Amino acid sequence: MAYLLTINGQSHEVDVEGDMPLLWVVRDHLNLTGTKFGCGMAQCGACTVHVDGVATRTCVMTVADSVGKNITTIEGLQSPQARAVQQAWVELQVPQCGYCQSGQVMSATALLEQNPNPTDADIDAAMSGNICRCGTYPRIKAGIKMASAQFTNAAETA
Amino acid sequence: MNIRRFLKTDTAVPDSSRRSFLKVSAGASAGLMLGVSFSAPTALAQQASDAALEFNAFVSISPDNTVKVLIKHLEMGQGVYTGLATCVAEELDADWSQVVCEHAPADVTKYANLLMGQQGTGGSTAIANSFMQMRQAGAAAKAMLVAAAAAQWQVNASEITVSNGVVSHGNHSATFGELAVAAAQQPTPDRSSLTMKTPAEFKLIGQDNTLRKDVGKHNGTAIYTQDVKLPGMLTAVVAHPPRFGAKIRSFDASAALARRGVQQVFEIDSGVAVVASDYWTAIKAREQLQIEWDASEAETRSSGDILAQYRELVETPGAIAEAHGNPDSVLSASSDVTELMFEYPYLAHAQMEPMNCVAQVNGDSAEMWYGCQSPTSDKAAIAQLLGTSGDKVTIHTVFAGGGFGRRANPASDYVLESVQIARQVPNTPVKLVWSREDDMQAGYYRPAYVHKLSAALDAAGKPNAMKIRIAGQSIMAGTSMAAMMVRDGIDNTSVEGLTEFAYDVPERQVELHSPQVGVPVQWWRSVGHTHTAFSKEVFIDALARKAGADPVAYRLELLKNNPRETAVLKLAAEKAGWGTTELPEGWGRGVAVHTSFGSTVAEIVDVSVDGNNFKVERVVAAIDCGIAVNPSIVKAQVESAIAYGLSAALADEVTLTDGHVDQTNFHNYRVLRMNAMPKVETHIVPSTNAPSGVGEPGTPPIAPAVANALAAVTGRTFTRLPLRLA
Repeated sequence: MAYLLTINGQSHEVDVEGDMPLLWVVRDHLNLTGTKFGCGMAQCGACTVHVDGVATRTCVMTVADSVGKNITTIEGLQSPQARAVQQAWVELQVPQCGYCQSGQVMSATALLEQNPNPTDADIDAAMSGNICRCGTYPRIKAGIKMASAQFTNAAETA
Repeated sequence: MNIRRFLKTDTAVPDSSRRSFLKVSAGASAGLMLGVSFSAPTALAQQASDAALEFNAFVSISPDNTVKVLIKHLEMGQGVYTGLATCVAEELDADWSQVVCEHAPADVTKYANLLMGQQGTGGSTAIANSFMQMRQAGAAAKAMLVAAAAAQWQVNASEITVSNGVVSHGNHSATFGELAVAAAQQPTPDRSSLTMKTPAEFKLIGQDNTLRKDVGKHNGTAIYTQDVKLPGMLTAVVAHPPRFGAKIRSFDASAALARRGVQQVFEIDSGVAVVASDYWTAIKAREQLQIEWDASEAETRSSGDILAQYRELVETPGAIAEAHGNPDSVLSASSDVTELMFEYPYLAHAQMEPMNCVAQVNGDSAEMWYGCQSPTSDKAAIAQLLGTSGDKVTIHTVFAGGGFGRRANPASDYVLESVQIARQVPNTPVKLVWSREDDMQAGYYRPAYVHKLSAALDAAGKPNAMKIRIAGQSIMAGTSMAAMMVRDGIDNTSVEGLTEFAYDVPERQVELHSPQVGVPVQWWRSVGHTHTAFSKEVFIDALARKAGADPVAYRLELLKNNPRETAVLKLAAEKAGWGTTELPEGWGRGVAVHTSFGSTVAEIVDVSVDGNNFKVERVVAAIDCGIAVNPSIVKAQVESAIAYGLSAALADEVTLTDGHVDQTNFHNYRVLRMNAMPKVETHIVPSTNAPSGVGEPGTPPIAPAVANALAAVTGRTFTRLPLRLA
């Protein structure tokens, strides 16, 4: 049946079965392939998007449950926190194979949007649902801190 | 894998001082082993357009001033786009910002791995085999730009300078783009005429001023196989047998076929394929298949049974892989022999992007899109399957979401699976997608092994004899590479690391049992060294304890004749504060040093122990990999190799119950997450030697260093992976 979704500020109507995970709607039907498939059971975080601002695993969220929500994928990231994270990711050369990094960026951005100055423990708690088999964890952590510094410094000088 | 050992090359590693092109003797595929293949300028060069103008097989320059470097290796995270382009840009004197990279086509005549004799990525050879070749490609293109400028300005070429993408002489100056059309028509420079830089002249190599060229990974625009979208493309999944070697007796697809969007269901060699409009539809339809399997020829043992067999095997003599002196006589004369038995489980690669491949078969031709790691052997396998010739197979290589060995499958397993499916749906692109469960359960694992090590100590506490027995499946046996890689019953990938080790043990022997087991096995980041380094380094530590010696001092004593391992170990020890810094209560420090893929890595680990739990707090690593083309990427690879090896040290384990793989996904195949990642500090030994491996050598030392740190706290010796305190 048809479902009306709001993704990256745009309305999309898709005609799929109601149990189809949002992941496969955005990837296979809306051609937004930045969101990645890694496990299909909310274990790895590669499929993370923001649903009403909250980092959410789309591989276990059905299209039916996605109706009426504000969904942001990596393609629609715009917040200052997102820009700071992505800039840090390039500057610190965080990605290796890169396959998990859309999910990492989404989780890191959601963290900074809620907590502009996270501690190491906050970062571990927010990011341990995102697996990276290349082991870019130290650079992810450094990237989050670099991005965070922009807001901490801005707040201090404001 | 130590590929170099098995190729009759007249040069093991490209020497940065050599001016001549790499030559590999006729021992391995003569005619395929070209250096830079200088193609004649194409017709494009006659046209003034923005199209890229081909200077040689690796370098094109466009009038819009873009320098495009074709990358002959697969970019799977190891940084090969950046590394190879750095070598080109260095000698071309390009500005780093004007350089873009693209995967080269599958063409062994131009893009062979000079250490393998075929086009392929592996064995940590990407930089090592192409360091000089890429530099020469850059130098040749520069010579053509200079020649064009000299002709245009009527000046002497030797007086022209090139810097940051600008060619200059007196008042004249031009960008590469402005000279591209004229330069591409210049004759191919004579190889001996190329002027190469000395290391002191490098501006990019060895510097941190080269941002990675595998771009788009921070914003979701980088394209992986999973993201390939073609007009009319369908998606396929496969129901694989529940046990390795089981066959289909019968199946009923009626319910699956009734589902909207399902196109076809049919049997292929590896199972039942479901072809549908999208992944979710295919997966749901697969759940509705009724399949009866015939397990009469399947492997039905449990991993516990297999390991028990290996434990018996190591009590019996095996094929001799290496022999120095007669350790048996020393050991039998000794009243105090130290013996340890080691056990290693099967391991899945669990790269983040599950196996996948896009194929389209039109008649006797195939077009492929995937993260292709072995173009030459995959192409040959596809051609053989289709009964066609290799020139009818086109491969478009895209980024791979990790590999760690899995994508270089000697049987081209998932690639052939996708072609088998696509030829049943002719003239239509079909994307084969494995679920995580397929990826975890459909095989190709690091083999399980059991080792038994025995040693006697002399009066000074040094081992004067060592006996090593290894039991485990051969990775190479039965593959197309067996003829090259298995000699006299010895698969080098089963023993590498325990053979030819650096410690001075005068009498030693390595024996191997290679039992046949029906579990498909394959190399896994650092191959044999994944297990041999653990046995070697844990055993040496145990001997040091027995001798009452400091683990670092004991190793240095045994490494007297190996200045390279000595230097790397000393650097790591110094940076870690070995013997000079106090650790908190309940903490321990451990060390390991190992040489693989031409490079030496030492790692020193601090662990904290709390009851039956422990945490790896800090790793200090030192690496000697020759010239570090990109130090930031070298450090990233050491961090990555440590994380990958640490995952196996702490948690990774594939087990089988009655032939069924027990693990299905990341909830029961546990891998390293951020909260268990230690701080990592990497120190690179300054060097002017030719580059050696970087992607793998950081993995072998981590697990034994952790085990040795745990031993320092607990006084116990840990001989089984993954590590458990209780």
